[in-house]
Amino acid sequence: MSKELVYLENISKSFDGQMVLDELNLKIHENEFVTLLGPSGCGKTTTLRILGGFTSPDTGRVFFDGQDITNLSPNKRQLNTVFQKYALFTHMTIAENIAFGLKIKKKSKSYINDKIKYALKLVNLEGYENRMPDSLSGGQQQRIAIARAIVNEPKLLLLDEPLGALDLKLRQEMQYELIRMKNELGITFVYVTHDQEEALTMSDTIVVMNQGYIQQIGSPEAIYNEPENAFVADFIGDSNIIPAIMIEDRLVNILDTRFACVDTGFGHNKPVDVVIRPEDVELVEPSEGTIQGVVTHLIFKGVHYEMEVMANGFEWLVHSTTMFPVGKQVGLRVDPFNIQIMNKPESEDEEATAIDI
Amino acid sequence: MTSKSKWLSAPYVLWSVVFIIIPLGMIFYYGLTDKTGAFTLENITAIMTAEHRKALWLSLLLSLISTLICFLLAYPLAMILANMKVSQHSFIILIFILPMWMNFLLRTLAWQTLLEKSGVINSVLTFLHLPNINIINTPYAIVLGMVYNFLPFMVLPLYNALSKIDENVINAARDLGAGSVHTFFRIILPLSVPGIISGITMVFVPALTTFVISTLLGGSKILLIGNVIEQEFTQASNWHLGSGLSIVLMIFIILNMIASAVFDKDGEGGIL
Repeated sequence: MSKELVYLENISKSFDGQMVLDELNLKIHENEFVTLLGPSGCGKTTTLRILGGFTSPDTGRVFFDGQDITNLSPNKRQLNTVFQKYALFTHMTIAENIAFGLKIKKKSKSYINDKIKYALKLVNLEGYENRMPDSLSGGQQQRIAIARAIVNEPKLLLLDEPLGALDLKLRQEMQYELIRMKNELGITFVYVTHDQEEALTMSDTIVVMNQGYIQQIGSPEAIYNEPENAFVADFIGDSNIIPAIMIEDRLVNILDTRFACVDTGFGHNKPVDVVIRPEDVELVEPSEGTIQGVVTHLIFKGVHYEMEVMANGFEWLVHSTTMFPVGKQVGLRVDPFNIQIMNKPESEDEEATAIDI
Repeated sequence: MTSKSKWLSAPYVLWSVVFIIIPLGMIFYYGLTDKTGAFTLENITAIMTAEHRKALWLSLLLSLISTLICFLLAYPLAMILANMKVSQHSFIILIFILPMWMNFLLRTLAWQTLLEKSGVINSVLTFLHLPNINIINTPYAIVLGMVYNFLPFMVLPLYNALSKIDENVINAARDLGAGSVHTFFRIILPLSVPGIISGITMVFVPALTTFVISTLLGGSKILLIGNVIEQEFTQASNWHLGSGLSIVLMIFIILNMIASAVFDKDGEGGIL
């Protein structure tokens, strides 16, 4: 893995007696696209603001490139931020907005002009130099905000829900743009979002947060396929989270039925939670299934059908390209490696939430 | 606009006609005629006499000084207020607005009592063996009265404009490397221009036209243009000259309004 760029050490922060971050530790490597993902109030934006220098932590230290920058003011930090709702300077033209940081660094006029051209090209807004920010659409303003940040060639770019205000189509386009820019520029991105799809699409590493604690750090695949606790499983994608008993290594009792699995090391007869993704439940003839149930709901979702199947007292969420009508008796089968075993939540923040964002 | 909603504006239209349009017409009629009713520009050109010129000049000077002092006092205060949380600042804003609820004349009379040669302030100073201040009946007292009376009208539009600036816009400037001085002059100050213009108008115009403050705190020796016009109406009973001078004063007010309109294109800072 590449060189470590940022190290947040034991960061705690509370506002008006309310704990927002509790002993947070996080390492970010050079050239990484890291996404801080979690519901509102999980501490992700506060983490970003501490990195940017807009909020100082109550305890803990921030290291950047090996230097302690905890008490360094924002204008002295070698990083730039793209703010939620753009935060463009409305009294300046696009060119003046982009040149703002470069002028402070006393760059030459020709250098600044070249940079403005380059940045506008990068965000696909060539020829917009003399427009005012208010005359641009939301998506264009957001791209200017990105251009304004990257012309300063920061080592680290912080992005605070930059696509939150855009519509779906534009958001998806911008996601690809950001990935392209990251690869072209070779700078480290720290991206804050509550949108799990955005996080899965763009990140090298996802940091799932809830109630001021990091729940899991991992690649998008690891976060999706092997969630460590009920919160992560529930927050990322749809999932069936079912209480179960781990009988022994590779054998779990789910709803009074024995399922083969691949997990080991949980001990004997230990209560656990299992996560089974809806697309991993196979619907078959009743005689071929591990357990049997009845289809209770059916919705067509485009790519697949979404069905709910009542089996052994649990409503299973199932995604399948084959349709089974409501009332049909079906069998359910799950491949052993698609059953993910998790320890029971030890604290409130690890529990599955009812919030769907 | 539907015909029904047009009716809703009827009271306002009636009000404007009776109390604004007709009086304005009368001022122009009186201002542009002599006692026989014949058309003349004499009432307008009368501003060029030495006595009137002096009054107008002093009025402009004192209003400008008062406006500047109000601005310098109000801006830091408005910045502090804009950075406070709502729960904290509403009390301070109340303190500032509180005097505005009391009669303007009463407050100015109070200053007269405070500033008199043997008034409250000098009694306290004498008691403390400090030199007395004798600013009553001087331009200083008039400026003091203007600043005291019109300061809230500067604070409110400035506060209004400053609190509208997105905190992240200021953060963005810091993020891009600007120190706090640079951030202030390049970002905060330009973005608060609508509030500045509005505040200047709301202090400068009433200060320019006042005659009460100059009468009460300036004694009878210092004549502002407001006093001259007042005297033409009340003592000299020369409505024609009073109206003519009013028109001249109006020109200055309109110039100020045009300046505001040019700078404040979005009408953001206005609280009128």
